[in-house]
Amino acid sequence: MLNQLTISELAARLAKREVSAREAMQSCLDQITRVDEKVHAFISHDDADALAQAGAADQALAAGVTHAQKPLLGIPVAVKDVLAVKNQPLNCGSKILGKFISPYDATVVEKLKAAGAIVFGRLNMDEFAMGSSTENSAFGLTRNPWDITRIPGGSSGGSAAAVAADEAIATLGSDTGGSIRQPAALCGCVGLKPTYGRVSRYGLVAFASSLDQIGPFTKDVRDAATMLGVIGGHDPRDSTSVPQPVPDYAASLTGNIKGLKLGLPKEYLIGGLDPEVKAAVDAAVKQFEKLGAEIVEISLPHTDYGVSVYYIIATAEASANLARFDGIRYGARVDGADPIELYSRTRGAGFGAEVKRRIILGTYVLSSGYYDAYYLRAQKVRTLIRNDFLKAYETVDAIVTPTTPTAAFKIGEKSDDPLQMYLSDIFTISCNLAGICGVSIPCGFTKNPKLPIGLQLLGKPFGEETLLKIAHAYEQSTLWHKEKSAMLGQ
Amino acid sequence: MSVPQFDVKYVAHLARLHLAPDEETKLGAQLGGILGYIEKLKELDVTNVEPTAHAVPLVNVTRPDEVRPSLPHADALRNAPAQANGLFMVPKIVE
Repeated sequence: MLNQLTISELAARLAKREVSAREAMQSCLDQITRVDEKVHAFISHDDADALAQAGAADQALAAGVTHAQKPLLGIPVAVKDVLAVKNQPLNCGSKILGKFISPYDATVVEKLKAAGAIVFGRLNMDEFAMGSSTENSAFGLTRNPWDITRIPGGSSGGSAAAVAADEAIATLGSDTGGSIRQPAALCGCVGLKPTYGRVSRYGLVAFASSLDQIGPFTKDVRDAATMLGVIGGHDPRDSTSVPQPVPDYAASLTGNIKGLKLGLPKEYLIGGLDPEVKAAVDAAVKQFEKLGAEIVEISLPHTDYGVSVYYIIATAEASANLARFDGIRYGARVDGADPIELYSRTRGAGFGAEVKRRIILGTYVLSSGYYDAYYLRAQKVRTLIRNDFLKAYETVDAIVTPTTPTAAFKIGEKSDDPLQMYLSDIFTISCNLAGICGVSIPCGFTKNPKLPIGLQLLGKPFGEETLLKIAHAYEQSTLWHKEKSAMLGQ
Repeated sequence: MSVPQFDVKYVAHLARLHLAPDEETKLGAQLGGILGYIEKLKELDVTNVEPTAHAVPLVNVTRPDEVRPSLPHADALRNAPAQANGLFMVPKIVE
């Protein structure tokens, strides 16, 4: 069935005119009808618009447009509800934006459309990207396609679940502390967080401006390379996007990683690491050695401080970024006698508990008398964390770690203890603080129940070519990425 | 420095965020716990360490001071909770 294909496979069939874009899009919509009542990856999807885009793609194919010119021509790609798509709802998984319809396209959406993609759907997420389980959405939770009593991860839970459940060929999510890599690991797909500044954030509703990056979820590494090539690049509308040329990422997937050095940070082999996750990662490391890579033990001494630094910096930046949701220019409004009461009531009614928690924490660490002790100190420790990585990259080409300490936990298991939830991000969080790139790829499953386990690779700043080459070589020597959940009954 | 009494009410006011009394109590307890955990940052010696505000080597990114098209007026008002005469309607600010 067409919805089960990868970007490469579907593009080839479309190019040969074996199938039409309309058929491919319909296949995804049929799958959504079949499984989304259980999975709930989608908050909404505009089927008429999606099929109209598919029709336009078919016309382009008939007119001779090739995938060399438009790499995603006719490919259905769904997007996280945090990205602006013109004339589509934009809610960020929150009530506070009310019936907001976006008046513009995010840069990445413009690029997807220019590459011929069918951009559809609003994928479920933790509200304003704050969370690790997609339990914080105002639109209900998303379930893991491998076990619907478990979380898919977060905050891009819908984006990961949609790919894992073959409801879209690929999706976009965003990653601030692991929100692409962690759900990718828990749902058994590929999730890539590009280097900070590699992809424009224009049109991404901001959570933490110095940490956020948009990235793809795909069924294999080659597709991730294709997606990155489309969405990456400097954008004058995002002054934090870096004027670094976009290379041909697919060209670096040679399969040859002989002599490349992979660092194993000793601080990541911690007590709370699930034995099955450890076993899967150990086996992956052996596999890398078989492929000719050299494993080097390294140290990232400030690993243990990552969660603390993150929850000061990210919440501080979030408290500033979410100040704009005040009921004045857009979104839901609760009236007040004066503007301040209006703001207060609107925000009190519109934000969920996790968002409120982080706004309050962020406001506190920036407030007079506490700024130096918390925010400034956290920024200095951030330098130490970044330096740990830059020093490591003097001797290794990439770093290998588990993506998460455990496989997917049960719905409700950590929702009462925010600190426990935060600590589960321990492996992904430093990557955003250091501004480097990272990818999670499938590396095995737990026994009972069968749940995906993710392997994380961390690369140098703008080192995605090497990162993807290493990920691809491992992937192609295993079959993990071919497995599908039994629940899909395909 | 031990974690001071976390004044949730005061911080909520700074954040223009209305909290119900039970929310205040619950948040106070949870944030007290989180701040307790964050205290571990005090263990580190950060003398002479420069803060990192963002991880890219970019400074003073500017563009020429030229007028460019911006969001059309009608589009900007389209999502307004209340509007009149091409303006956003708000409660009275000045007496």
